[in-house]
Amino acid sequence: MIRLENVSRNFQVGEETVHALCNVTLEIPQGDYVALMGPSGSGKSTLLNVIGCLDRPNSGTYVLEGKNVTDMPENELSLIRRHRIGFVFQFFHLVPRLDAAGNVELPMIFAEISRVERSRRVARALDSVGLSHRAKHRPNQLSGGERQRVAIARAVVMGPAILLADEPTGNLDTHSGKEIVELIERMNSEGLTLIVVTHDPTIGQRARRVIRLSDGEIVD
Amino acid sequence: MFDLFLFAWKALKGHRLRTVLCTLGVGIGVASVVLLTALGEGARIYVTGELATLGSSLIIVLPGKVETEGMVPIIGGVPHDLTLKDAEEIRRRIPAVRTMSPLTLGQSLVSHGALSRNVAVIGTTYEFLHIRRLSMARGNFLPPGEIDRGSPVCVIGTRVEQELFRGVNPLGKILRISDFRFRVIGVISPKGQSMGFNIDDVVMIPVASAMKVYDQTTLFRIFVETSSYNNLDQTEEKIIELIKKRHEDEEDITLLTQDSVLASFNEIFTALTLALAGIAAISLTVAGVGIMNVMLVSVSERTSEIGLLKAIGVKSSQVVSVFLAEASLLSLIGGILGLITAVLLVYTSRRVFPAFPVEIPHWAVLAAIAVAVVVGVLFGVWPARRAAKLDPIQALSRR
Repeated sequence: MIRLENVSRNFQVGEETVHALCNVTLEIPQGDYVALMGPSGSGKSTLLNVIGCLDRPNSGTYVLEGKNVTDMPENELSLIRRHRIGFVFQFFHLVPRLDAAGNVELPMIFAEISRVERSRRVARALDSVGLSHRAKHRPNQLSGGERQRVAIARAVVMGPAILLADEPTGNLDTHSGKEIVELIERMNSEGLTLIVVTHDPTIGQRARRVIRLSDGEIVD
Repeated sequence: MFDLFLFAWKALKGHRLRTVLCTLGVGIGVASVVLLTALGEGARIYVTGELATLGSSLIIVLPGKVETEGMVPIIGGVPHDLTLKDAEEIRRRIPAVRTMSPLTLGQSLVSHGALSRNVAVIGTTYEFLHIRRLSMARGNFLPPGEIDRGSPVCVIGTRVEQELFRGVNPLGKILRISDFRFRVIGVISPKGQSMGFNIDDVVMIPVASAMKVYDQTTLFRIFVETSSYNNLDQTEEKIIELIKKRHEDEEDITLLTQDSVLASFNEIFTALTLALAGIAAISLTVAGVGIMNVMLVSVSERTSEIGLLKAIGVKSSQVVSVFLAEASLLSLIGGILGLITAVLLVYTSRRVFPAFPVEIPHWAVLAAIAVAVVVGVLFGVWPARRAAKLDPIQALSRR
């Protein structure tokens, strides 16, 4: 359960204050499938970052799974990101020197999970995105769609409750884009809360709920 | 912990050239620290080894009281002569004294036939042969017996033999020292420089004769050898007490022991070694700046990776340790390579110059590696903290 109340986020750009989010109040139940849409600069990425505990609101409160995370110390926020939230980015953000398995393993290394358990989970996560045969390939040996699937495997390997995807298909051709959307939708059907930031109306149509933003406010 | 270093290791492998150059810097730093301390240590061992050939149960008595520690003092005015009688009393009255040998020193034009040479003339006794660990190349040393009997005989060093006799057997020949005639009875085996003068280039005559030749009333030195190293201190006290009594209650002699000389040489060379190590440590600091540079480049290159790490829940302290692990690995590898290089060089130098005992002190090995790692961590802290402070959103917005 995600609950935002009167959340605002401002940025100082030179002399000017940009209101990226203005008094956003929002509730997303567990297992929901939400598309955040709106023009560039409408605040959808900022909203996603606030939900993902990467950014903090200037005012308002954010309650995640019953815990008020608004003023939580950075260290505890790290733990929430580690265990409850998975991120998928437009540009994949894979570590180029690590192979697919190494990239999926990354969050678990820093969570100090044992070697045996890690390799078991890596195998399972790569299998769930259909990339078991590519485990030893580095990102530059993988296609765009494959890279994004590695990124998704990495996002879910710690067993999060929420998957946040920022333009996950923005850098892919239509065909791989469709595969990626189907993949994350399948994960949503297994109980994961899915929040997607997108420009693409076809994805918007598939979501259970569409939230449209304009100038930092929810318009619909 | 292991996984952290594995992760750091993979990151370093990703930039091979940069890593190699950086470890090279540290390696050179560590190698120079180890090599220079090895040289200093070698010099120390060489010098103290030379001194130790004199024997460690030796006490050298000098006329005059000089407030110094260890170093051979420069003699000023002497209130009382240090006489042959004093020397004899030392031997007779102190049971711990095993042997004793008085010594005078003079400089003379020494001639044989038409050939002459200006050499140091040492007046001493039979016991000197043993005390200074000399051996004879030919003939005999000065005869044993009464020290106040000055027989007209002499022994010469090999250099004197070469210069004055030119291949003729010197034994039985007459040598003129000032206006006195001495018969050559022996040639001392070559020994070279030792304790200030060249044994090969001296003439030795009985001490009583020497005092007559140079009209001396005081001895230059008395060499006293005690029966064991353990009673050195007590023997020293007894010598001082005895001479004080004989010299109208005035303590006007200085005693030198091998210990005090060795100790001060040791101190000097240890200080020298440390100074050399300090100079070499500057190059380690330069290497540390190199590490810092590489780490800063690495942080700015891997901005998006750092952003990602934060997004997947890596704590700031863990980000710091990732970069510190990298910096310390860089310096550790460099340190080990530098150490290996130094060991190989020392080994080679030992084979090429076996006379000079280059020696890597154990502490230098540990210290070099430890300092290398400390340098790595120290110079890695700032870049690592910069990485940890990056804003994840901005870091991720970069491709």
